[in-house]
Amino acid sequence: MPRRALTGNEAMAEAMRQINPDVVAAYPITPATEIVQIFASFVSDGLVTTQFIPVESEHSAISACVGASAAGARVMTGTSSQGLALMHEVLYQAAGLRAPIVICEVNRSLSAPINIHCDHSDTMGSKEAGWIQIYAEDSQDAYDSVIQAIRIAETVFLPTMVSTDGFIISHCMQGVEILEDKQVQDFIGPHRSAYSLFGGAPITVGPLDLQDYYFEHRRQLMEAMNTSLTTLDAVNKEFKQKFGRGYDIIEEYKTEDADHIVMAMGSTCGTAKVAIDKMRAKGVKVGLIKLHVFRPFPHEQLKKALSKAKFVTVLDRSDTASSMGGPIFVETRAALYDQMPKILFADYIYGLGGRDIDIEEIATVIEKGEKMKLQGKVEKPLDYIGLRE
Amino acid sequence: MSDIFEVRWHGRGGQGAKTAALLFGDAIMSTGKYFQAFPEYGPERMGAPVQAFNRSSAEPITMHCGIKEPKVVVILDPTLMETQPVTEGLKADGIILVNTNASADSLRKKLNLKNQKICTVDASGISRELLGKELPNTPMLGALVRVTDVIGIDDLIKFVEKTLGKKFKGKPEVIKGNIDSIRRAYNEVKVTDGGGK
Repeated sequence: MPRRALTGNEAMAEAMRQINPDVVAAYPITPATEIVQIFASFVSDGLVTTQFIPVESEHSAISACVGASAAGARVMTGTSSQGLALMHEVLYQAAGLRAPIVICEVNRSLSAPINIHCDHSDTMGSKEAGWIQIYAEDSQDAYDSVIQAIRIAETVFLPTMVSTDGFIISHCMQGVEILEDKQVQDFIGPHRSAYSLFGGAPITVGPLDLQDYYFEHRRQLMEAMNTSLTTLDAVNKEFKQKFGRGYDIIEEYKTEDADHIVMAMGSTCGTAKVAIDKMRAKGVKVGLIKLHVFRPFPHEQLKKALSKAKFVTVLDRSDTASSMGGPIFVETRAALYDQMPKILFADYIYGLGGRDIDIEEIATVIEKGEKMKLQGKVEKPLDYIGLRE
Repeated sequence: MSDIFEVRWHGRGGQGAKTAALLFGDAIMSTGKYFQAFPEYGPERMGAPVQAFNRSSAEPITMHCGIKEPKVVVILDPTLMETQPVTEGLKADGIILVNTNASADSLRKKLNLKNQKICTVDASGISRELLGKELPNTPMLGALVRVTDVIGIDDLIKFVEKTLGKKFKGKPEVIKGNIDSIRRAYNEVKVTDGGGK
């Protein structure tokens, strides 16, 4: 398979070209601008047949996407940070209307203070919106996941966002194996919607739904989210079988004999793998769980994967403003609450606003965790990496 | 983990530090190795100090942290030595490659270097002569290939010919100018070992 030198943004734009969606409505924002900028040049060069709708804001972008999706079109867009935040109310509409839109998202912090660099606060702000969330580790992962996302979204009729770490991946060039256009088209198949405004019989989309049925419809949405794990898994297996690579919902790295597990998402997982190799060379039985999918939250998979763990070090690239730790920590600990014997957890918030996290820093928190594991108690359940206090 | 080779580029916005890092990375990949190429993450302003980075390895590279201790520092604009901490983190057995006419001894004093290898080449002069403008990044690639063993000069030339061939189809003089400037810098770069001095 040919390898091409591509940044995360270029890889996502290339996946979009090969997908050739019917409609893309977008508004630019750093560091995701290139995705739709490159895609717009594909449109003007006639390389895709997409109708590109340049709009005046992200709110309009996602609104146009919902309208086009309701009309039965295959729809994509790209955004980041404040852009995703401005889409917020319409994200819930996309999910509630079961519109299988795919967003290429680039993780960036939220203002204020203004900052254009990576953390996961933006997508974490919409984790309750009813969108499937996939966090890519690198450009290859981003490219493959965007292609898989179309299949997933159009099978379970849930909108899906695939995100990369802003600048760290979006602007980092690496070799990416690119499929042939036909392979991508064959894999995603023809577009599927739950309904279409142009499907024949007249329908109404998004009517008033009060005390009588709103609750049931939300329950259906949550059920679709829960059961979508089966589809995520099946689509990935098929991708792996056809193209020789894939991304499990949770990827386990050197966990077989590990009683200490590090958990992370995104590009930090790659750095953590090197830190884990270092610690293993010193005889520490530590492994990594890369959470590739945060929504739906894979609690059953995590229960199984952590069944032999005594200590879990969680790395969270966002905070919940609850003083209870980051979202990975809060949800994983809740999922493992009933586990016996009890597992000790420590959470580290790191990398807000793009602050670098290096191998040594991860190795240091692994060492801290080893000590706490031996003592059988956690001194500080919530701490920070690389922060001046 | 196999050895990872790391380079930090210093330039000014518009001089092509980022482009050079991307080209170098792409050229590394053309030899079957793995690479990363990334700019310093920040607002880009013409003339302001900028950095760009490369990693190269025979094995896939998974780390995504910043580069703090590069093996090689490449300086596209020598005036940056006055204001920027260009030698920060440079490995004790590292290499510094500067676009300058100044002597290695004067640079060793100025930058307070000990055992690092100092390499100099007048890339600006070469680019003015062969490309008709101040574009030191391409010739510096030639010098970089000479003073390291990441890829061979033939690999680089072959890659640049192919890449520029696509971009400048109707302008063979641009392609020739770039290739000539790469070869010239490759041949003219002066290398001074620091051992024992």
